Amino acid sequence: MHELSLTQNIVEIAIEHAERESASKICSITLEIGALSGVVPDAVEFAFDVCSKETLAEGAQLKIKRIPALALCQSCEQEIELDHLTYNCPKCESLALEILQGREMSIIELEID
Amino acid sequence: MCIDCGCAAPTHEHDQVHDHQHEKGSRKIRIEEDLLAKNNRLAAVNRERFAAEQLFVLNLVSSPGSGKTSILERTLSDLIGRFAFAVLEGDQQTDNDADRIAATGVPVKQINTGAGCHLDAHMVGHGVDIFDLSVTDILMIENVGNLVCPASFDLGENHKVAVLSVTEGEDKPLKYPQMFQAADLMLINKIDLLPYLRFDIEQCKAFARQVNPDIEIIELSCHSGEGMQLWYDWLDCGVNQSR
Repeated sequence: MHELSLTQNIVEIAIEHAERESASKICSITLEIGALSGVVPDAVEFAFDVCSKETLAEGAQLKIKRIPALALCQSCEQEIELDHLTYNCPKCESLALEILQGREMSIIELEID
Repeated sequence: MCIDCGCAAPTHEHDQVHDHQHEKGSRKIRIEEDLLAKNNRLAAVNRERFAAEQLFVLNLVSSPGSGKTSILERTLSDLIGRFAFAVLEGDQQTDNDADRIAATGVPVKQINTGAGCHLDAHMVGHGVDIFDLSVTDILMIENVGNLVCPASFDLGENHKVAVLSVTEGEDKPLKYPQMFQAADLMLINKIDLLPYLRFDIEQCKAFARQVNPDIEIIELSCHSGEGMQLWYDWLDCGVNQSR
């Protein structure tokens, strides 16, 4: 639901960097969005068209890298892929999991003209 | 920086095995900036300011209708002689909640987020300006009723407190794991209604611990008053730690 304000952030950050580089247009924006970030990539894409209108980012391609959620089980020391809802180790049922990746929500790279 | 393409890598091969594509004349720049970086910076500023004032700050989160405002009303009325409170009320529209809090005599400020679905650190930083924080013990921030978005936005609070009422499903912690993972305390409200419902409270607690093994849980009813003392003791403990 807050993808609109996040997408406004994306556009602001991208424009700030593009202006610093005296770019005439932003061709693409690469994002990393983790499975545990709470961000729905489709909603970002939807909001992007609205947020980028009449800016340097209008028409830019959004490249979204989805990062799967990984955790390390503190009990059986196995690395496991998490789904969204269960937070116990599928192998030993332990609840003591250290999240290794999946919370990412970053703007990684810009391609500018 | 690579002078051929402007990417952040110091040097890399620009031959046939090029690992990224260029449009004609375009160049790439590395950014690697967290989308919440700005909010997190402002939240850190808030947290420092609150700590300097020895404030105990709670961010109350829940779905709409769980009883956040009612818990606050009862808490303020019961503890107004013991602690100095200030309350920030977040809602999309209306001053209704602020009016209810103001009736208890506690300083309150309503923040209307309009289209927004959550409070952010910027709104809170300005929202508290009207309070005299130096004489305040506890700042209660009642977030917008929403179990999704407020989980991602740090406001500079000491703890997120998730309120869940027994008229909701006991599987809410599994359905909205982010929120229950971000919270340090869960208040299970409206327990006076348990005899009339098929709400399995033990199952609810187990689900909450499944997503957050360290979460503290207090069962209460702000209507009957049952369990409120446990909540007050928890507040007392937090205030002492903040001093």
